[in-house]
Amino acid sequence: MIRLENINKTYFGAQPLHVLKGINLHVEEGEMVSIMGASGSGKSTLLNILGILDNYDTGDYYLNGKLVKDLSENEAADMRNRTIGFIFQSFNLIPFKTAMENVALPLYYQNVSRKKRNNLALEYLERFGLREWADHYPNELSGGQKQRVSMARALVTQPKIILADEPTGALDSKTSAEVMQILREVNQSGITMVIVTHEKGIALRTNKIIHLKDGVIENIEINNPDLIDFNTEIK
Amino acid sequence: MFDFDGLNEIWQTITRNKTRSFLTAFGVFWGIFLLVILSSTGNGFENGLMKQVEGVTPNTAFFYTSTTSEPYKGYQKGRSWTMQMSDLEAIREAFPCIQAISPESSLWSSEEKNVVYNSRGESFSVKGVMPEYNDIQKSKILKGRFINDTDIASCRKVCLLGKKVYETMFEKGEDPLGKMVRVNGIYFQVVGVVRSYTENVNINGTIDESVLLPFTTMQQVYGMGDKIYFFALVADDDTPISSFEDDLKLLIKERHDIAPTDETAIESFNLSEIFGAFKGMFLGIHILIWIVGLGTLMSGIIGVSNIMLVTVKERTREIGVRRALGAKPKNIISQVLSESLLLTVLAGLVGMCIGVGIMAIVAMITSSMPSSDTMFQDPNMGFGAAVTATVIIIVSGLLAGVLPAWRAIQIKAIDAIREE
Repeated sequence: MIRLENINKTYFGAQPLHVLKGINLHVEEGEMVSIMGASGSGKSTLLNILGILDNYDTGDYYLNGKLVKDLSENEAADMRNRTIGFIFQSFNLIPFKTAMENVALPLYYQNVSRKKRNNLALEYLERFGLREWADHYPNELSGGQKQRVSMARALVTQPKIILADEPTGALDSKTSAEVMQILREVNQSGITMVIVTHEKGIALRTNKIIHLKDGVIENIEINNPDLIDFNTEIK
Repeated sequence: MFDFDGLNEIWQTITRNKTRSFLTAFGVFWGIFLLVILSSTGNGFENGLMKQVEGVTPNTAFFYTSTTSEPYKGYQKGRSWTMQMSDLEAIREAFPCIQAISPESSLWSSEEKNVVYNSRGESFSVKGVMPEYNDIQKSKILKGRFINDTDIASCRKVCLLGKKVYETMFEKGEDPLGKMVRVNGIYFQVVGVVRSYTENVNINGTIDESVLLPFTTMQQVYGMGDKIYFFALVADDDTPISSFEDDLKLLIKERHDIAPTDETAIESFNLSEIFGAFKGMFLGIHILIWIVGLGTLMSGIIGVSNIMLVTVKERTREIGVRRALGAKPKNIISQVLSESLLLTVLAGLVGMCIGVGIMAIVAMITSSMPSSDTMFQDPNMGFGAAVTATVIIIVSGLLAGVLPAWRAIQIKAIDAIREE
């Protein structure tokens, strides 16, 4: 599903910063992978490249069998919209839109009719137990609810892959566990999932932990999440 | 771009910050409002002035004799001379563009009360004119008829009374037609009453206070022979009088042995020049109004642009999220442009409607005022100007959005969603 071949990325500022130094990575379809690393290890940059939010200098990135290189803004937007679902640490819900409108937003950019996309949005909110919160604005929702809305938004376009950037970073441990449980269920429905985190407890709930250090992959740890006790504290 | 969905999306963002949107829109509203009020007022004054000179054909000129200033063909300078009817015939033949030409002879009262009816007497001026005179200085016939060709041919002793003359000499409601009025000692039968269209533009005294006689009759009964001191003419609209004014004078000078270079022997007064000056003045006023109006509008537009820039800055994160969720650059551009367009057009149209509404009320008030010769008439901006203003609103709405839209697409999704 994801194939990175010798990806290099340098930020040219006052002091050129070589952030990614030859990343090689394969993520198969249906895998649930976490990327761990200290701040400055390049994990956010890697996620941005995976999410086609940023470009890379050298190497090749294949997403769903397609080479992602030198895409125009429009092609990139289209690919993000149809292939990738984003989940952010701070949820990034649009404050003046209701939960339903937030979930329906990606479909707006696919020119899906209003009625159809609102129905779909309600369906996904239902799936996350938020049907009765559909007309509420984000500031009326709890952190866990907001993250569930943003998950519904990520899934509403039926993407191939979910990219989650510290999805539990703003949540308490109990809610974090719930969110991780949902993400696992989503993964089990066949959607590839990449989670960037710096929390061990989160990483342990994925199948593969990629340790990033100073722009290179230090090691890849194969993990069996079924072995850990889900009732234990996550943080 | 303007499906209901998109409009709803834009409306949502505009109404999110109502106070700010309102204050932003107010600048545009005020600009258009001011433009409508100013240009309507300008038109009102212009219409008022035009009403004043209604009935006066602009392409009119008056010619009158004076003493010569150069000796010529054995004549001394300082000679007094007069024209004859044959001169007017020659002029008419030489210049086919002349539509009407009429001599006018005046008789200023030699006695204190020169016009008498029954026991009443009053002083009025007396003019001898041809039927065509009514095509030059139009007057409204209130009763009876104007002087006609038969009056001229047979030197009938008939007269027309000006409105004031009638009102002074006759009882209210009394029928003057057929009555005999004594003018400078000679009786004339009244055949009509006339009123001038305007009291403000008059040559040789107002018609309202004159008694009009057939030119031939007047010449005959008061012993003026065939002498013409003054005549007026109207040319067709395509031939400005100034284009043949000098040739006409040359023709007359030649017929009367006056030096072609003599500047003072025959003088003229050209109304179209006066009208031209008025037109120029109003053109200047209109240009000024549009400069002021557009200037105000422009500051409104800049206000919109400025606020949109702030809005875009504030919504960096939102725009970034939209980009991450699949918004294409054109989606973002069209959203920002549409916002500024909607705000501007809404404010502009409201400003225009209120401005037009207020001027309609003003027009109602002024037209209900009794005085007929008000200097302010029918103030409206005109359909053409309204269309122009609308186009300006739309274009400026788009222009106001250009810079903010450009800023908005510079926002990269990663910059926006990067965790601080």
